[in-house]
Amino acid sequence: MNQSLPPALQIRDLRTHFFTEEGCIPAVDGVTVSLPRGKVLAIVGESGCGKSVTSYSILRLIRKPGEIVGGQILFQPKDGSPPIDIASLTEDDDLLFKVRGGYISMIFQEPMSALSPVHTVGNQICEAILFHQDVTEAEARRRAVEMLGKVGIPGAERRIDQYPHELSGGMRQRVVIAMALVCRPEILIADEPTTALDVTIQAQILKLIKDLQAELGTSVVFITHDLGVVAQIADEVAVMYLGKVVERGTVREVLKDPKHPYTASLLKSLPGMGRHGERLPAIKGSVPSLAAIPQGCPFHPRCPEYLAGTCDTGGPPAMRSLSGGREVACVRVQAEVLEKGGRP
Amino acid sequence: MSTDVGAPAAAAIPSRTGDARSNATLTQWQLIRLRFARHKLAVISFYLLILLYACAVFAEFVAPYDRGLADVNKIYCPPQPPAYSFRDGWHVKDLERQIDPVTLKNYYIETDKVVHLGFLVKGEPYRFWGLIPAEYRLFGVRDRGPEAGRFHFLGADKYGRDVYSRLMFGARISLSIGLVAIVVTFVLGSVIGGISGYVGGAVDTLIQRVIEIVNSFPQLPLWLAFAAVLPPDWSALKSYFAITIVLSLLGWTGLARVVRGKILSLREEDYAVAARLLGASHSRIIFRHLLPGFTSHIIVSLSLSVPGMILGETALSFLGLGLRPPVVSWGVMLQDCLNMDVVANYPWLLMPVLLIVLTVLGFNFFGDGMRDAADPYSAK
Amino acid sequence: MSSGGGIPAHNSPGAADTPLLQVRGLCKHFPIMSKGFFRKQVGVVKAVDQVSFDLRRGETLGLVGESGSGKTTCARTILRALKPTGGEVIFNDGTTSVDLARVPDREFKPLRTKMQMIFQDPFSSLNPRMTVGQIVSEPLVIHGMSKGRDMEDRVVEILQKVGLKPEHRQRYPHAFSGGQRQRIGIARALIMRPSLVVADEAVSALDVSVQAQVINLLSDLQDEFKLTYIFVAHDLSVVRHICDRVAVMYAGKIVEIAPTAELFENPLHPYTRALLSAVPNIDPDVKMRFEVGGEVADAGRLPPGCSFHPRCPKRFDPCDKVEPQLRAIGDGGCRVSCHLYRE
Repeated sequence: MNQSLPPALQIRDLRTHFFTEEGCIPAVDGVTVSLPRGKVLAIVGESGCGKSVTSYSILRLIRKPGEIVGGQILFQPKDGSPPIDIASLTEDDDLLFKVRGGYISMIFQEPMSALSPVHTVGNQICEAILFHQDVTEAEARRRAVEMLGKVGIPGAERRIDQYPHELSGGMRQRVVIAMALVCRPEILIADEPTTALDVTIQAQILKLIKDLQAELGTSVVFITHDLGVVAQIADEVAVMYLGKVVERGTVREVLKDPKHPYTASLLKSLPGMGRHGERLPAIKGSVPSLAAIPQGCPFHPRCPEYLAGTCDTGGPPAMRSLSGGREVACVRVQAEVLEKGGRP
Repeated sequence: MSTDVGAPAAAAIPSRTGDARSNATLTQWQLIRLRFARHKLAVISFYLLILLYACAVFAEFVAPYDRGLADVNKIYCPPQPPAYSFRDGWHVKDLERQIDPVTLKNYYIETDKVVHLGFLVKGEPYRFWGLIPAEYRLFGVRDRGPEAGRFHFLGADKYGRDVYSRLMFGARISLSIGLVAIVVTFVLGSVIGGISGYVGGAVDTLIQRVIEIVNSFPQLPLWLAFAAVLPPDWSALKSYFAITIVLSLLGWTGLARVVRGKILSLREEDYAVAARLLGASHSRIIFRHLLPGFTSHIIVSLSLSVPGMILGETALSFLGLGLRPPVVSWGVMLQDCLNMDVVANYPWLLMPVLLIVLTVLGFNFFGDGMRDAADPYSAK
Repeated sequence: MSSGGGIPAHNSPGAADTPLLQVRGLCKHFPIMSKGFFRKQVGVVKAVDQVSFDLRRGETLGLVGESGSGKTTCARTILRALKPTGGEVIFNDGTTSVDLARVPDREFKPLRTKMQMIFQDPFSSLNPRMTVGQIVSEPLVIHGMSKGRDMEDRVVEILQKVGLKPEHRQRYPHAFSGGQRQRIGIARALIMRPSLVVADEAVSALDVSVQAQVINLLSDLQDEFKLTYIFVAHDLSVVRHICDRVAVMYAGKIVEIAPTAELFENPLHPYTRALLSAVPNIDPDVKMRFEVGGEVADAGRLPPGCSFHPRCPKRFDPCDKVEPQLRAIGDGGCRVSCHLYRE
């Protein structure tokens, strides 16, 4: 991991809990990840793992009954000014206003819900520009047209006055990306931006995000459940399960040599990995409810390497560091490492 | 997958109320009841309505006097709030009628005669709904004999008839007309709306245009027109049902639209398509799969229509075009209040207004509570 | 109604090699109505256009495509959830041979026991107001196939076969997870022992860890009940794993159909190639190279000639004028609809 630049975003022990009638749901329970500057960090997991809640927490978009109850979200601006702890800002703080959409912006899964149906595309992009930058309306429009061209929309001069319903799904997502990047944010959070798109359109959008990221130097947090997308677009990855990170590292390391049993069995169960007709090695059981998280390691009831007495007692296992900045939350890993003579 | 950040993805939380185990076997109605119970105002309204309808059903028991029992000595008697003393228990002082020689107004002075009251007293014999003979009443005058006084809790009207008793008997008519009218509305609305939504196409378009035409008529004038057409010599029962038909003739359109909309949306749900693919007949699809999906909406729509019906009947009777004396309904009682003089001098004759307001508010709050509680399966 | 490419037409229904399903020239068109008080038809959406293929007994045929390709409409039209606008769907069930497109509605009911569908969305495909027992036994009730004790036994048996417990019968769907609900849907579809099962994106809405379980279940049940599957999907890795043959659809037409191995190793049609290259590879060292631009074709406004030609990197002169036909290439059972392959 490149240590020369400080990470653009550091989430330390973030806890976001939902206080519902069923009790306290720990949707995000002690998540620590960091986003290196200029790189793409993928947060991957299945439904209920907390990846979306993490991304919404970064921009403080969590509403009642949810609440950030602990941890820090440290954003390090590029210009060297002191890091901002987003988790500790109050709702009416000016700094929070500058962070949202200015320093850090976000794109969502459903482009049709993210765009207002009663405003033109240009209107919405210019709104973003005028909020965060001190320019005239004419200049804002010029920048909007330029951005639409950058995201690959042909005929941007004409499209800028169209309404979202006049555009196709892929084009709407491009507009959303344009809106997010027009203010040149330092960090882009992408919450499953291609899940609702066809696979050929998804390929186009992924390429677009990758190209823009390289050109603008934006650091990206990419939320997804598709490990193939992670492999193609991310530099680093954090795998989440039931509100906690179970494995972290570079994409090559985690996908080619997974250490946590969840990551390993997930990769093995993918149909693309097996041969035709072979029985897929599925993970037994199903994801438990967040209201009833198993004792000890939350994955233990489904774990192929479950060790009675070790995995089901005490609290969830802590993240253990392996070489090269890799971290795994599994007691078996440490044991393995020690068995190999302490050489990770 | 849910993108709602109000709560984590639905897959992680299998239940909405209670824990997963306990409400896995709850039916739709039990879930609705649980949610309804959380709206205090709706629950209070529900019990209030139960109370009012109980009074209507058991009017003979609850009222100390028969509805038509007149007493010349108690014309326009003011309300008599009961007092309690150790010596006499619950009692009121008897009132004697005087006439002011100058204005010729009635007024009453208290005498020393004590009229004893009690609960569960033996009153005039009566028959429940004209059928079952009984004697006891909820409360009334305990003294027996021809010298016993009268007790008018809420005063008396221009013939000396007890207002409170007439309110109870009037409830029977006013409250039941609402219910009977919505039965007709329900049948008309769901059949027509159901056909419109399920069959679709030209039939749907035609029915919708008819609904729009019906809706564009102004409601009260049309009711008045229909009511004026009714022959005045019809028996009380006949005109009662005629009024209910008149009221529901205009009221079914709201329900028809609700039913049509729901059927249109539910018809393409996967489980309805699955039922078609299983070979289910149209009636099975409608009654087993589609209809349960919006029974609660029908209840809401109906309970919010009842106040309209009650007010309609009241308005018609008040204007003399609905039910006529000797039938008692709250609207008929309000006919006495047409004269400003009467209202100014004898304001207790406006009591029906209070009960009407309570009833209408009660149905509205109940309907609101039901609407919020309905369809517990709506969110994923 | 020509089927092109040498597909034999009707065979005797009982012959062992007779295909279970013979689809010839299937069309499903939706009229586009103008707005205004007097609505006239101003155009047509050709959601399914001249689709022809055979379905052999016991095989799994994958039907892949993106949104607007017509794969779901095609599957639903075959099952008569929608009425075909044209073409034939010959169903050879061993004893009978019947054209599903021509059977009148009221005579269709007995055929329903022979073909069923598994839906995509586990949340909306089960009636939330019926218990699991009622949902799964409904087919038996509708067709009067069983009652009382016997029905209970059959319900319990099928629930156990899909991996659920007998006591789940009294519960309501909202108490189950997505994967379990999908199992309930499978139980409902299979309780009548149909011959043909259409899985309409049956695993697309499930979590990755649950997908593998349900895919295994579908395979096991296919072996046990001798089922024939039409597997509609957009996820090519699932299709590669479970299907014997794959048909690729674009804008309502089949552009390529071939055995799975052939299709994935040697895709012929440029759209198939584009589709395969768009799938993100799970190996981070193998970077995707996806070069096809443009939007997915709108079936209401198709370009002249080949529907794919505006986006095709290999287009040449006849592509924008003449529609290509589905033709056999070689004798491996591959058929392509593309001017590049003119024999």
